[in-house]
Amino acid sequence: MSTATDTIESLVKQEYKYGFVTDVESESTPPGLSEETIRFISAKKNEPTWLTEWRIKAFQYWQKMPEPTWQFVKYPKIDFQDISYFSQPKPKGDAPKSLDEVDPKLLEMYEKLGIPLRERGRLAGVAVDAIFDSVSVGTTYREDLAKKGIIFCSFSEAVHNHPDLVKKYLGSVVPYTDNYYAALNSAVFTDGSFCYIPKGVRCPMELSTYFRINAAKSGQFERTLIIADDGASVSYLEGCTAPMRDENQLHAAVVELVALETAEIKYSTVQNWYPGDENGVGGIYNFVTKRGLCKGKNSRITWTQVETGSAITWKYPSCILLGDGSKGEFYSVAVVNNMQQADTGTKMIHIGKNTKSTIVSKGISAGRGQNSYRGLVEIRKSAENARNFSQCDSMLIGAKCGAHTFPYIEVKNTTASVEHEASTSKIGEDQIFYCNSRGLETQDAVNMIVNGFCKEVFKELPMEFAVEAQKLLGVSLEGSVG
Amino acid sequence: MSKQPILEIKNLHAGVENKKILKGFSLTINAGEVHALMGLNGSGKSTLAAILAGRDGYEVTEGTVNYLGKDLLELDPEERAREGVFLAFQYPVEIPGVNSTYFLKAALNEIRKHHGFQELDAIEFLNLVKDKIKLLDLNEDLLKRSVNEGFSGGEKKRAEIFQMAVLEPKLAILDETDSGLDIDALKVVSSGVNKLKRPDSAQLVITHYQRLLNYIIPDFVHVMADGRIVKSGGKELALELEANGYEAILKG
Ligand SMILES: Nc1ncnc2c1ncn2[C@@H]1O[C@H](COP(=O)(O)OP(=O)(O)OP(=O)(O)O)[C@@H](O)[C@H]1O
Ligand SMILES: [Mg+2]
Repeated sequence: MSTATDTIESLVKQEYKYGFVTDVESESTPPGLSEETIRFISAKKNEPTWLTEWRIKAFQYWQKMPEPTWQFVKYPKIDFQDISYFSQPKPKGDAPKSLDEVDPKLLEMYEKLGIPLRERGRLAGVAVDAIFDSVSVGTTYREDLAKKGIIFCSFSEAVHNHPDLVKKYLGSVVPYTDNYYAALNSAVFTDGSFCYIPKGVRCPMELSTYFRINAAKSGQFERTLIIADDGASVSYLEGCTAPMRDENQLHAAVVELVALETAEIKYSTVQNWYPGDENGVGGIYNFVTKRGLCKGKNSRITWTQVETGSAITWKYPSCILLGDGSKGEFYSVAVVNNMQQADTGTKMIHIGKNTKSTIVSKGISAGRGQNSYRGLVEIRKSAENARNFSQCDSMLIGAKCGAHTFPYIEVKNTTASVEHEASTSKIGEDQIFYCNSRGLETQDAVNMIVNGFCKEVFKELPMEFAVEAQKLLGVSLEGSVG
Repeated sequence: MSKQPILEIKNLHAGVENKKILKGFSLTINAGEVHALMGLNGSGKSTLAAILAGRDGYEVTEGTVNYLGKDLLELDPEERAREGVFLAFQYPVEIPGVNSTYFLKAALNEIRKHHGFQELDAIEFLNLVKDKIKLLDLNEDLLKRSVNEGFSGGEKKRAEIFQMAVLEPKLAILDETDSGLDIDALKVVSSGVNKLKRPDSAQLVITHYQRLLNYIIPDFVHVMADGRIVKSGGKELALELEANGYEAILKG
């Protein structure tokens, strides 16, 4: 009989189900990065001059930046000249004007992923913008939303149809000078989602973006911009998968959120990029900058993330709490297995008075995975009565993995209250045996224990996503009985 | 009427690496019987319970364990549970974040599935639970909490017996369920155990104290020393033990 630990280890080794490649002809630029590449992308998208120039400035800035090395992850140097920066499914004739003209193979792929784009098969109550490699292939429920004045479309469309909004907010939360990958993204981003919720409107359905990297040797650099005007609220979901490939692929997205007075934005991610195989071959490098600005009084931004995929995850969804009384929240589950590495956490920057932030981070490490929580809580001088509560728990499955916690706290105002709690536990053979002795299989026991560990985060996810997240962790559904 | 054996342990030798713990343990338990197992600290009582429940890490070097006609040692722990073996742990573990009711429902449904019964839905399960709560005079709030998390010692023991009441095992092994209980809890738990007694099931009650046996009346009492039973008798043996101590019995 194998020992319980071996069993646990084999159980967490689940195969990646989304690793298929879709056979569509695509049009890609040859690998390489120069001003020319950027002008090509910009021209391809028919962009206004101000945007082309913005990209070029970002590129020039990026060229002068050193590649960051402070993160607790290891990977071979990325050759930025070996990446194709633009890839789109080859249109049959002219660009598709409606879903009917989209390559059926693409629609089929989204069906396979459980993201039906066709009218009849739509996810009930969720509007989806699907991004395939570099371009948006379809946005659903658009008309329904338009009736309420909500704009939900691809970033490229927004550039053409809502240039004032884009110009006003693009780079206002994450300037291209922010960091290496944000600068790169600003230079080469190809598409993404755009969303604007007008004053006083509560978005009646979940909005969702689904990202898929398909083409080989391509990077994905998308840009998401969400603006909730005064009194507006929206819940936004993001999902992602990629085929299994032997080489690493780079995903360097930027997400900017702006919440005006009393507005609320809830941004949830279930990240399931291909993690590479058992030996660490292949997988996505997920280097993403996500930041929300609580600009207005009493606004609120909630980040919830379930990170299970990617060879390397490196991201810190953050909140700048500028408006008085604004709130920032970060709920995270990060799972690493085999050779995966994650360095993730958040930054809560308190600037306004009476601002509040909550951080709940659950790291699960299995195999030889390395999981780091890195979080900054900064209370500026102006932030009278700021409050923060952080809780970081790690769970280890097996003996070869690691969990690390790097909390940074900077307090410049004495009225602040900052609390930090941390714990590390091992999934115990005792716990598993206890479950076994009540009739539960080891797999179910592990699922249940892991699920219990992540409970505080899962309860923050919208229903549809909570279910998906639990499935992703191989976790059977925990009912809300009792 | 001939008695139906539920458990037959014959000449069981078992231990951990480099250490023999059970050294020729034999015991037969028939349907409808309650057996009490007593003995000095370290004599191997919990080890026996663990081996019966199927915990990893013990090596059986000799002997057989027959449970309802099956070789018990061949079954995985979860299979044993589904076949009706239940161990009330001496030290129940905590499982943070896993709701007690959900846990127990999952367990019961595994057992039901195994026997070809339909799984209970949440409503049916809650109805069943309500009856058992009354039976054991259990504080309902415990069921809304995570499995054993932050339970007091006594609450953990009570919760174990509550699980037993819901799962209705054929063979219940109670490992020192009485330790750490105050006298009121002891009465509640033991009256619960008595009410759960059925002609087609059996109980093996491990204890150090005769006082438990005032409430749970055993049909047989066994005294264990150094890995085997050294003396068996009726309930008066427990009294004798209490009066004279182990020394006298071991010598005699
Ligand atoms: N995994 C193990 N590794 C080493 N020794 C063990 C192990 N399990 C049990 N033992 C030893 O075997 C002996 C029997 O232990 P066991 O827990 O079965 O005793 P017990 O009769 O239940 O005692 P108590 O009355 O104190 O509960 C003890 O000496 C104990 O230390
Ligand atoms: Mg013991």
